[in-house]
Amino acid sequence: MFKITDKIITGSEVREAVAAPDAGAIVLFLGTVRNNTDGKAVQHLEYEAYPPMAEKKMAEIAQEISDKWGIHRVAMIHRVGKLEIGEVSVAVAVASPHRKDGFKACKYAMNRLKQIVPIWKREVWTDGEAGWVKPDAVFFET
Amino acid sequence: MKVTVKYFAVCHEMLNRSEEEMQLPEGATVRTILKRLEEEWPEIAEFYEVMQMSVNWEYATEDTELSEGDEVALIPPVTGGTDV
Repeated sequence: MFKITDKIITGSEVREAVAAPDAGAIVLFLGTVRNNTDGKAVQHLEYEAYPPMAEKKMAEIAQEISDKWGIHRVAMIHRVGKLEIGEVSVAVAVASPHRKDGFKACKYAMNRLKQIVPIWKREVWTDGEAGWVKPDAVFFET
Repeated sequence: MKVTVKYFAVCHEMLNRSEEEMQLPEGATVRTILKRLEEEWPEIAEFYEVMQMSVNWEYATEDTELSEGDEVALIPPVTGGTDV
């Protein structure tokens, strides 16, 4: 499962997608909306994606994980639209025979997702200002 | 040839549209599109350094050649979060 959705993410969708009888571990990562960025109070977030390319790039990350660790059961889902504090923006699940590689693969999936999957985050702060956010800084206030 | 160009996030806001069809000469590359956008909106060139381009859902360079029906996109820096 590699998916962009505008529906609430619980994590169970990706967990169920990777479950398998030969798995000894499922590592599940949930990214949630934090109420501040470096101390600046966040009112809510808005995510936008390029869905067909995002889903293609997610599948490529799963292929990289398969090549690196021989783990073939990876699922990723990312939400778009307006998200409130505490809601899940992204879920990644990795099922593996043993937990060690599962943890590594799940971390790798999230790092790669932030590098190559076309998804954008706009922070709306409680002071009424807003800006598009890139990995280390606000790069364009609107 | 005719291609579709898509604009996301900050590009969408700057250009005030999310996509358009562009008529390009034969032999056009991604750079042809960037030059054309720059004529309309000179400020966008400042962001080219941090932006990526895609053609048919694959990352491309300015030199990537285009064909009839291609889907091109301007990809601003993606998402947020640091490796912590």
